[in-house]
Amino acid sequence: MSNWIPLWLHKLSSPPTFYRFAGTLRPWAMALALVFGAIGLYGGLLLAPADYQQGDAYRIIFIHVPSAWMSMFIYAVMGMSAFVALVWRIKLAEVVAMQSAPIGAAFTFITLVTGSLWGKPMWGTWWTWDARLTSELVLLFLYLGVIGLYQAFEDRRQGARAAAFLAIIGIINVPIVHFSVNWWNTLHQGSTVNIFGHSKMSWDMLWPLLAMTLATKFYYAASLFRRTQTDLLSLESGKDWVRQIVNSEAGQ
Amino acid sequence: MNSVMHFLAMGGYADYVWPAYAVFFIVLIADNLAPRLRRSHLLRELRARQIRQSRRSGDNTLPTPPSS
Amino acid sequence: MSRPGLTAACSAMLRRDLTLAWRRRSDMAMPVLYALIVTMLFPFALGPEDTLLQRIAGGIILVTVLLAMLLALDAMFSSDIEDGSLEQLVLAPQPLALMLGMKILAHWLTTALPLIVITPLLAAMLHLPAPVIPVLLLALLLATPLLSLFGAVLVALTAGTRRSGMLLALMLLPLCVPALIFAAGAVTAAQQGLPWLAPITWLAAALVLTLVLAPLACAAALRIALDS
Repeated sequence: MSNWIPLWLHKLSSPPTFYRFAGTLRPWAMALALVFGAIGLYGGLLLAPADYQQGDAYRIIFIHVPSAWMSMFIYAVMGMSAFVALVWRIKLAEVVAMQSAPIGAAFTFITLVTGSLWGKPMWGTWWTWDARLTSELVLLFLYLGVIGLYQAFEDRRQGARAAAFLAIIGIINVPIVHFSVNWWNTLHQGSTVNIFGHSKMSWDMLWPLLAMTLATKFYYAASLFRRTQTDLLSLESGKDWVRQIVNSEAGQ
Repeated sequence: MNSVMHFLAMGGYADYVWPAYAVFFIVLIADNLAPRLRRSHLLRELRARQIRQSRRSGDNTLPTPPSS
Repeated sequence: MSRPGLTAACSAMLRRDLTLAWRRRSDMAMPVLYALIVTMLFPFALGPEDTLLQRIAGGIILVTVLLAMLLALDAMFSSDIEDGSLEQLVLAPQPLALMLGMKILAHWLTTALPLIVITPLLAAMLHLPAPVIPVLLLALLLATPLLSLFGAVLVALTAGTRRSGMLLALMLLPLCVPALIFAAGAVTAAQQGLPWLAPITWLAAALVLTLVLAPLACAAALRIALDS
């Protein structure tokens, strides 16, 4: 009983097994993402009342905050897979790390743009160099750096390892940037930063936010499954299991 | 009809709220489509490669892979 | 782990790189010329008004030096990769991190030090008040090695790829932000007559930490990049 988990993980890390696993789970993940997304958007856009101070503009929160959480969650997943990939050289870990990067970059981009659109009516400016915004921008650069470095290599596995190394260096850097910009901001007096506090949020605003958080997590899973499947096909293109799939999809 | 207009107006913030939601959906739909495109290109290329390999190895039909 | 001749190996490595750089003296002049030209462009672009230039002089010089170093970073390992001596170094019995540390030192001596030497000239061009210049020099003395060390890790990662300078800049920028913030903080504080020692101490602490960790990271990165 105690060792079926490592055994199952070991089996799962074999490309054809993971391909099937991902193929089975992906439609369910996508369905859950859509269901929770619909529930969350309905609750957030239609049911939740307008905010006392921010009016209806606050409704951007239902896409901005989940995206921000995803941008960091995905980086953590990417970092952990990168670590596994570097230390144990497991192919699947390399693929998961590299395929997470574009999804993470997408969510980071959404965070920055929706934040900017929310900031303009609320703070009066499209952008400000406070610690949180600057760290998020640096995070986007890190994602783009990982993607760029991965694609700069001819040998894909080597590229994955180099990009994984960069991802791990980046993990340490984001809190450092956050801290140093925070310090810099307090040095330059007079920056006006408003931070919307969630902890005092009323329940009818909170539950759609939680629903959207679940929706984006399931979406990440679905997208990651699809990307990983395709990348495994590409990486293992000479193997028999890939040939079988190519043949069976003939004519589609 | 009035309530739909009221909803779309978003309390006067429509110019900010709707573009934000649009960005959210457009980016995620693009993220969904990109791997699909890559997969179809990849399968097409792998299939063509298999046909070329089978021609090179002499038979005119596609090799059926051993079931193991 | 101490071999007879480890010091000899270090000094040999340093001497080799310095000699090679000296043979390409004209290359050493490039970052300096670049910094001079870019600094000259600012008064043209912003107008020669003294008060404006004074306020932003420190920041301009820091960014210009950063960019000049970025341009020169590519060359740190490129010639050694081309002739295969870097792979020999990886295989050598001497600790790779230490050898790379020497290479980074040589690179800093030949690219950053000339930039630091002409900094008073740049400061004069932008009308930075004279009392601020020593603080600027100190900040540069601490920040430029940080850039060399971070840069070395990233250049090692991209060793042997068909890399573009833009990719290196993209990767290096996030890593440089804290160093830049503290260096600029020190200069601004000095300019306003406020105490400037705190950000300098932070820079020094970061430098000490990076001096220890970066060569190790560089060695790991090089092994990843060269191993195929």
